[in-house]
Amino acid sequence: MTAPAPPTATRPQPAPLARRVAAQARYETRAVLRNGEQLLLLLILPLMALVALTLTDLLDAAVPAGAARVDVAVPGVLALCVLSNAFSGQGIQTGFDRRYGVLRFLSTTPLGRGGLIAGKLLAIVAVLVVQYVLVAALGLALGWRPDAAAVLLSVPVLLLGAAAFTGLGLLLAGTVRAEATLAVTNLVWVLLAAVGGTLFPARTLPAGLGRAVELLPSGALGTALRETFLTGTPALLPVLVLAVWAAAAWAAAVRWFRWS
Amino acid sequence: MKEFPVRRRRSRHPAGPGATRADVVHAVDGLSLTARHGEITALLGPNGAGKTTTLECAQGLQQPSRGTVRLLGQDPWRASPALRARVGVMLQDGGLPQAVRPLELLRHVASLYRSPRDMDELVERLGISGFDRTVVRRLSGGQRQRVALAAALAGNPEVLFLDEPSAGMDPQSRNIVFDLVQQLRREGVCIILTTHLLDDAQRLADQVYIVDHGRVMAQGSVAELVAPGADAPAVLVLTLAPEQLGAGPFPWDGPGFEDVRTTRADRTVTLTGALTPPLLETVTRWFTATGTLPESLSLQPRTLEDVFLDISGREIR
Repeated sequence: MTAPAPPTATRPQPAPLARRVAAQARYETRAVLRNGEQLLLLLILPLMALVALTLTDLLDAAVPAGAARVDVAVPGVLALCVLSNAFSGQGIQTGFDRRYGVLRFLSTTPLGRGGLIAGKLLAIVAVLVVQYVLVAALGLALGWRPDAAAVLLSVPVLLLGAAAFTGLGLLLAGTVRAEATLAVTNLVWVLLAAVGGTLFPARTLPAGLGRAVELLPSGALGTALRETFLTGTPALLPVLVLAVWAAAAWAAAVRWFRWS
Repeated sequence: MKEFPVRRRRSRHPAGPGATRADVVHAVDGLSLTARHGEITALLGPNGAGKTTTLECAQGLQQPSRGTVRLLGQDPWRASPALRARVGVMLQDGGLPQAVRPLELLRHVASLYRSPRDMDELVERLGISGFDRTVVRRLSGGQRQRVALAAALAGNPEVLFLDEPSAGMDPQSRNIVFDLVQQLRREGVCIILTTHLLDDAQRLADQVYIVDHGRVMAQGSVAELVAPGADAPAVLVLTLAPEQLGAGPFPWDGPGFEDVRTTRADRTVTLTGALTPPLLETVTRWFTATGTLPESLSLQPRTLEDVFLDISGREIR
């Protein structure tokens, strides 16, 4: 008896790399945007915060001469969006993917571990685009008139912030239980939204707390974005703080992330 | 013949949370097996035998601390996308995201391959169409298993791993899945499955590896494993007549039966182990001496279950 020939005359082949990663990014983006709780965190709460901060006098102490409340509010809301998206959103998604064995299954497909992470990063960027467009549109409706150069410069600042928060989100998702990731990301989101230097500038906080917050990735991102829109360029310090957080978080995630 | 050898030496599993380097347990130790195209190879063993660990090393999900694994001639731990495209994996826990609808998930997995399988046809065949728009979270265990199998087949794999494929399936789904698996075997796919269900192995497997304590305890075709022989004899089952119950001592409690395992349930006595013609004669002589006949007496071939229980013991773990 002879053994049958292998199943197909032509050997099964993977889709090209770019198509695999794009497919995963599309899939992840849809998964995040279709989840009600995620939508609340990603879009609804930030947009509500923008309206609230523009219509109330909460930010008045932080508005420099010649600027409007909305000019201070929009950068803070964008920083919060990065936190919702890269840290909470993808952290929770990845934590549950790990818990249900999705990470293990997908790493056995042609997507692989690298393609899976690349897909998640692209999904974060895609969601960030949606967030930026909606926040900017609402901001424009509320009287926000940013410099074109500032808008352009805000993109690398946002991406650096996203890199730092993605590293932290993946680190959490890859090391603790999914329920713990969910609880911690939500708690951290509330804390950082309130006193993390995102919506409210660090220098409006009590002096000691404010200085500490400047060293958090949330405070650094908030400061860098406000300086980008209000003065045209971010100062070196917050950008440096973000870069250090990004490098440290990714190094730790690479070192300790567990796929199962 | 094309071979797909999996050879394992040793894989380390920490003994649990807080395990130190000194108390490492080897989930798999010195296990060596080979699976071929056009065959179904079953790893059969009780819970905790090391089946999943072995499979995960072969799938590239774990790196063995020692030994070698070859998947289509390559190292699965460093598998390229090209290699992974030729291998389908169905994990024990399914590996399915919970908030997605099966059809959408399967279309996504299919899009990772250059020429994927016709998923609509597969969804129809596996009976997934009835629930293809229900989120995975709401599916039953057997329904999830079918979705996981469809996902493993999305790329028309040459090698297919199935970890406990029939877990949670009703008999109808099991038949559908087994028919499909047998068709894949005819098409030349190399299929490696784990199961603790002897019936699965008996129905499907060309080659069975009985695994326990991380080692291969026995291997061969089902026919080879259950064949009578010096150390793999038949089973004697007899039912005593009611009046014989108090007529002991029974021959199987006496000399010569040291290597025979006796189990008795009410009037049914089952003798397994090293049964020989002289021992059979001792039994029949007892009936001559008592002048009675048993209600029934039969010499049966061993089932895979007898082989399995002989090897892995009868106690529950």
